[in-house]
Amino acid sequence: MFLKVEQLTKRFGGLTANHNNDLEVHKGHIHAIIGPNGAGKTTFFNLISGFQPPTSGTITFKGTDITGMPPNKIAERGIARTFQTTHLFEKATVLDNVMIGNRLRTQSGFWDAIFRTRRERREEKESLNKAYKVLEFVGLPHLADEPIAGITQEQKKRVAFALALATEPELVLLDEPAAGVNSGETDGLAALIKKMTKRGLTVCLIEHKMAMIMSLADRITVLNQGERIAEGTPKEIQNHPAVIEAYLGGGQPESSRTETV
Amino acid sequence: MDKVMNIRNGVILTFIITLLLPFIVQSQYVLHVVTMALIWAISVYGYNMNVGYVGSLSLAHVGFFAIGAYTLGLLTVKAGWNFWLAFMAALVLSAAIGFLVGLVSFRTKGHFFAIYTMCVGFIIYLIIDKWDSLTGGVRGLIGIPHPAPIGPLTFDTLTSQYYLVLFFLAVTILVAKRLLHSLLGRTFLAVNNSEELARAIGISTRKNQLLSFVISCFFAGLAGALYASFVRFIGPDIASIVLGFEMLMYLIIGGIGTLAGPLVGTLLMVWLTQSLQFLQDSRMVLFGPVLVLLVIFYPQGIVGGITNHWRKRRKRSDLKHSESKLPKQVPSHRVNARR
Amino acid sequence: MDLFLQQLLNGLSTGSVYTLVALGLTMVFGVLHIPNFAHGAFYMIGAYVTLTVMTILGLHYWVAMIFSVFVIASLAVLSDRLVYHPLRNASPLQHMIAAVGILLFLEALAQVLWGADYRRMETSYDDVVHIFGLTVTEQRLLILIAAVVIMAALHWFLRKTMIGSAIIAMAQNREGAYLVGINANVISVLTFAISGALAAAAATLASPINLIFPAMGNLVIMKAFVIIIIGGMGSIPGAILGGYLLGVAESFGATYISGDYKDMIAFVLLVIILTVKPTGLFPGRVH
Repeated sequence: MFLKVEQLTKRFGGLTANHNNDLEVHKGHIHAIIGPNGAGKTTFFNLISGFQPPTSGTITFKGTDITGMPPNKIAERGIARTFQTTHLFEKATVLDNVMIGNRLRTQSGFWDAIFRTRRERREEKESLNKAYKVLEFVGLPHLADEPIAGITQEQKKRVAFALALATEPELVLLDEPAAGVNSGETDGLAALIKKMTKRGLTVCLIEHKMAMIMSLADRITVLNQGERIAEGTPKEIQNHPAVIEAYLGGGQPESSRTETV
Repeated sequence: MDKVMNIRNGVILTFIITLLLPFIVQSQYVLHVVTMALIWAISVYGYNMNVGYVGSLSLAHVGFFAIGAYTLGLLTVKAGWNFWLAFMAALVLSAAIGFLVGLVSFRTKGHFFAIYTMCVGFIIYLIIDKWDSLTGGVRGLIGIPHPAPIGPLTFDTLTSQYYLVLFFLAVTILVAKRLLHSLLGRTFLAVNNSEELARAIGISTRKNQLLSFVISCFFAGLAGALYASFVRFIGPDIASIVLGFEMLMYLIIGGIGTLAGPLVGTLLMVWLTQSLQFLQDSRMVLFGPVLVLLVIFYPQGIVGGITNHWRKRRKRSDLKHSESKLPKQVPSHRVNARR
Repeated sequence: MDLFLQQLLNGLSTGSVYTLVALGLTMVFGVLHIPNFAHGAFYMIGAYVTLTVMTILGLHYWVAMIFSVFVIASLAVLSDRLVYHPLRNASPLQHMIAAVGILLFLEALAQVLWGADYRRMETSYDDVVHIFGLTVTEQRLLILIAAVVIMAALHWFLRKTMIGSAIIAMAQNREGAYLVGINANVISVLTFAISGALAAAAATLASPINLIFPAMGNLVIMKAFVIIIIGGMGSIPGAILGGYLLGVAESFGATYISGDYKDMIAFVLLVIILTVKPTGLFPGRVH
């Protein structure tokens, strides 16, 4: 299994944000995580990417236990993520923003910087080349020298993708990639996500835009109030009674409802 | 391209002026003041490499300045060490204590970090002030020797000391520049921009914060050691938090995070302080509000503001010439034009 | 044993002053998330204002205190409206630097207006009283009692009035407070006013047993920071407990360890605490 999450639980004080959640993501898939607001989706991502340590449970990525690792180590192992609101470096250019994504694949340190060693220059060039490559991939090579402050919301989303891709990930976690963009732009971003998997990437995403999810995802996991209430293909999820109730009724699902379709 | 030439010419011109300064100004007093300003500038550059690059506000910076000064002073006066040996020891000790302090203090975040380092700075001050038998307490430490000669170079005269300080400032600026434009410098800026995002792309924020903190302590120590050998008398007031605030003010006014900011801010403020001598200790009645206004309306400082202005102008002229745009290719070498 | 009780009493009176200063600091932090480095300057100006109206206008000590309380409360509100409010969306770094700017300004202002000399505040409560075999000056007793009265009044205000509960609500949950329609500007002004008033009262109480000089606020504010970190940033009971604890610890430290290093106790304590628990002793009270 590519990414395997078992019995993951996160409690904040008395509040349980995630309760005994399981997740299996297959290589090359687009796996969506949906659920009403406050269902614990972002917490779930934070646990996988190491931003918060889980209370219990394990996360295995490509056969290695990554539970409790700090986020930078998890990124090194090939899991990249984006955030709901991206804090790109507004004053710097698109290229400068994306270039730093390659940092975890470079070694140059203080002395390399001071003496501008051959390694520094080589790695700088590599980072630059990779930045151009990922910018091309997300379709923004023409904006390379534009400062972030001067580009649109949708372009910023693409830059955030590019930054994540520059870390050379195998799994990308996208937190609401299409929030705050119009429907035409949403289709463009969906096509880009599809393109990522064609390049051999695996994508896990949180999203509220149902039309996008249903056409894009290979599998969907539904969370409600911190618990997984369903998992399956888009078609299965659409007709799943627990899902319909969670979205329409907002009732209290019991743990007995947790089932894999 | 002519813009870049202008900047370069400006730098060259400044450099020539500073080199010839002892021949241009006849007044020993002015040269003394300038030398002091350059020493402050070294410290402010160090400060910038921490506050400006990774964005963590340490209020202990002045403490490390004092550690550098007192290490040199005590080792030469009380232990009778060779000057340059003591000088090296001052730098190493400042950086080493900086490492230890940073190791612990970067476990805290944001406001806690500022308050924590403020307390560390105050402990350093109290130790210097109260440990009478070692530091001389409020009476201070006198008779610190001038820098010892290196081969044929002697440092007995004001002019020679000016050149010595200038040399170290040049080295400091070179380090600041190389750092800013390196992969490491980019990493610092990424941490400054958003710790969350930096960690998500595989950057260890604490490691980078610690490194930049140690670098800044090193240069604070360097400035302190130079100060001690130049003034030849040191007291606990060089560790006072107010002096630290003053360095912070130089940095903010010059332009935080910029390359020329520390120098511009320091020279300007020292010059202003000299011109407003009649105000003496009450000059802060003026500078305090200036600092506040700057933070509210012009947080990028003088150099940051000018750079922004230039960038906008260049962009406008770029648009005019956009018809001659060539298809974009990966350039083999790029000029860094950040900030 | 006598020495012990004596030092305990002295420590409690010093601690009362710390507590009042720390309370203002912690309230501002709790509500606005600003570490107000200028708070110590409010304290210092408060002492000077009391001294000035006592000597020039010949007002009685307590009247002068009330006068000073109003002046410093206005000063604090002014700093909020002119400086912190315009910066409400700025980075923490900008807040801290602005606070430093205010601090530098007020200190220099004090020097211009009142000179750099050390001043002494005359008090009519110089007499020594004997209770339970302990000797204590009336002023120290007054500090103890006045601090308790002030804290009781503050407690009443925060718990029993609408606007007071709004401050508490705001300190506990900013977003939530916005949602239920609390006017953030009013709360902000009020919080600064209270913090300034507390600083002025503390300074007026402490001045007869200490000296007045432009830099007198620096040490106090730093200790107040230590206190609110120990007690939890934004926590009112924490500030009270921490203030008294530090006062007593210093008093005993000066007696049993060394008078020279008593000022260091607070900072060493803080460094140890933050080294062991980087988020403070009571994290999670304020988010």
